[in-house]
Amino acid sequence: MGTGKIILTSSFTRGIIGQAVFAALGIAFINVIRAALGLEATLEPGVVFGALISVIGFLLGAGVFTDWIKWIGGQKTPLRHGTPAGKPEWSRYLNVDYNHKVIGIQYGITSVIILLVGGIFAITFRLELAQPGMQFLDNDAYNTLFSGHGIVMIASILLGVGAMVNYLVPLMIGAPDMAFPRLNAFSYWVAVPSAILILAGMAVGGWDTGWVAYPPLSLRAPLGVQLFLLGFYMNGFSSIAGAINLLVTVATMRAKGMSLFRMPIFVWAAIATALIQFTATQTVGVSLTMAVAERVIGLNFFDPVGGGNPLLYQHLFWFYSHPVVYVFVLPGLGVISELLPVFSRKPLFGYKWIALSSLGIALLGFLVWAHHMFVAGMPNSLRYAFMLSTMFVAIPTGVKFFSWVGTMWEGKLSFETPMLFVLGAISVFLIGGVTGPILANVPTDLHLHDTYWIVGHFHATMFGGFIFPFFAALYYWFPKITGRMYKESLGKLHFWLMTPAFWVMSLGQMSAGIMGMRRRIADYDPALGVANTQMLVTIAGLVIGWSVLIMVYNLVSSARSQEMAAMNPWRSRSPEWQIPSPVPEFNYDVPFEVVGDPYDYGLSDSEYIRMMPAPSGD
Amino acid sequence: MSAATAHHDEAHGHEPSYAQQTKSNRLGLWLFFFSELFLFGALFAARFALWGNTRPELSQVLGLIVTSILLVSGYFMYRAEVAIAHDDRKTFLSSLLAAAFLGIVFFVGVVILEWNVFGLELNAFGVEWFGRLKPRDGVYGGVFFAMTGMHALHVLSGVILILFVWNNGRKGHFSPEQHWGVEATALYWHYVDVIWVFFYPALYLIGHLA
Ligand SMILES: [Cu+2]
Repeated sequence: MGTGKIILTSSFTRGIIGQAVFAALGIAFINVIRAALGLEATLEPGVVFGALISVIGFLLGAGVFTDWIKWIGGQKTPLRHGTPAGKPEWSRYLNVDYNHKVIGIQYGITSVIILLVGGIFAITFRLELAQPGMQFLDNDAYNTLFSGHGIVMIASILLGVGAMVNYLVPLMIGAPDMAFPRLNAFSYWVAVPSAILILAGMAVGGWDTGWVAYPPLSLRAPLGVQLFLLGFYMNGFSSIAGAINLLVTVATMRAKGMSLFRMPIFVWAAIATALIQFTATQTVGVSLTMAVAERVIGLNFFDPVGGGNPLLYQHLFWFYSHPVVYVFVLPGLGVISELLPVFSRKPLFGYKWIALSSLGIALLGFLVWAHHMFVAGMPNSLRYAFMLSTMFVAIPTGVKFFSWVGTMWEGKLSFETPMLFVLGAISVFLIGGVTGPILANVPTDLHLHDTYWIVGHFHATMFGGFIFPFFAALYYWFPKITGRMYKESLGKLHFWLMTPAFWVMSLGQMSAGIMGMRRRIADYDPALGVANTQMLVTIAGLVIGWSVLIMVYNLVSSARSQEMAAMNPWRSRSPEWQIPSPVPEFNYDVPFEVVGDPYDYGLSDSEYIRMMPAPSGD
Repeated sequence: MSAATAHHDEAHGHEPSYAQQTKSNRLGLWLFFFSELFLFGALFAARFALWGNTRPELSQVLGLIVTSILLVSGYFMYRAEVAIAHDDRKTFLSSLLAAAFLGIVFFVGVVILEWNVFGLELNAFGVEWFGRLKPRDGVYGGVFFAMTGMHALHVLSGVILILFVWNNGRKGHFSPEQHWGVEATALYWHYVDVIWVFFYPALYLIGHLA
């Protein structure tokens, strides 16, 4: 089968065709009904309905529902395994596949592609901001770009989290796959049409509300906001299904002897993440659908004109959108805790504390949401409560920092690229961490709210908590995934370009914020005195962009090289490194038993896992 | 031995047993219910945020009737599950149909009568049989249609599931030992019932008339 034919008949192509067909059908259906009822012709109801069913069209076209539809008809379908006959191995990644490793890689590649798209948006409006005055963007384009940057990066991060969790957790707990492989495929594939909807929203007029879409502004924003709201909403199905799948997998499929406190620490982070994802996502879903319905059907919730309450939207929105920050960073912090002992050749300091601090952050995260609303108009008593609960988050987070320092203390440190990115992550997350309490504090927040200080703060938490650890994970598990080694020199170059550039960018953003630079504004007064800072931030952003491209080149070209990597290049004790790379279809040919603690590096004759004797008579 | 058959044998050993898969399914379903609690909880919270201690004028008789119908349908679903566990196929199939039928009556009661999508009017036995609240009637319309709509969507999907189970049961697909599909559908149906037990007073009973 030729390459072209494989691509043209792949799930991707069929899904996109299905999405386009269903979108057209949906638009036509609503407009025919409206015409029949004698209603005036307007675009929006048709577009909303078309967008909604277009996701179903994508999934039907891609073949995600095929097995389930057969089940409904009473058929049993065996799980497909391996590469389909007569097709090359790479074709699996373009098609619906049920293997958790394939799905993990699909998540990962999509995440990086979307990351580049979001990065292009950022660089475009950063170039506009480099000087005062309007250069080449108008206000609408600027608004659409920064709004799109926000939500596209969130989509990318969620996909990246999905990549790490899907690929790593079954391997780490000794399972052959996730508990629900078909649901796992659904979780990945539903994110694709959702991302397409969001990008389509930017194309059909964009929107000007940022990624938060506060009403009443979002109720009056251009049509694009509807596609954004629906894309965001649909992406929630990915989070919820993926999280439930993960929780069941960890609960029921751990290897013999793997008690909760003998799991690799990343699994704890994945659990904490899933606990947030499968609950909080529902409330943002409600707020988004309410906004859609208020625009299309005229149900009144948020518009004060009809008696609605715009603050209700903010409460429902942040009840998800604060905790989701921990969905982004907990897996990243898990990677840091996972990698530090390997590159320090020392046990992880305070394993139980780290594990429980992940849960602590996840649970505390549900009690702090209104710190985003200090200026929105709330009673003072609530401000105190949310200020206090927010400050408490520093405690479990501090536990992690202490543990990291304790792990490195007197260790035999080595500085390969993954370790560099872990250290970079800690430095950057520290910047994000110490600038947080200033925003949790009501008096200072009243001044810094909606300034570039916030932009600097959350970029530091996102880069330190997710981007740096994610890159560390990509380099670290690259030899596991591909069986090849990346080029160390390019990896180091990536690190030494990106890290200082990020410090400059983040600190620059914060200093501009203190000077009075507001966020989400296309232009600023030269009298603010931030023009030089803005130029510096733009240059730093460009350097980060180029460094990421170097990583993409490094990983792509290394994956195609012929030279195989060593089986366990990092001398890790984790189970996934005790089997060949790339990992066989069913992970472990013989099951293993956990006989010791996971991170006893440097302790002589301590064992973590032991492969069980092969079953006889097979 | 060819690579293909080796592959097949290997694959076979990795399929979980029915019992094991059912255990996972059960946990997954309960996690899904817990997740949905946040969906319904958010709507519930929106009701109290927007209506406070007031409620719109709704037909009390109609509300009571549809609520009773849904609860009775839950009984038939329970009877269906017990019947298949005892291999009583006749009761199993008839109970499923009864549950689905009552589910449809509930759905019609909400959408045709209470929502009054066709804009009808009928006063019989001293009761207004068609609702007067419209979607655009401010926050009362908004919250009422959002809560009943989201719940009706779940009822509709539940009815469809029951009918699929019935169709497969008719073909002889379930057994006393293996009927996860029945169990899951029954659990889902009871869950949707219980949600309504909270929604009904929130919409029809609590607070004074606005
Ligand atoms: Cu927050």
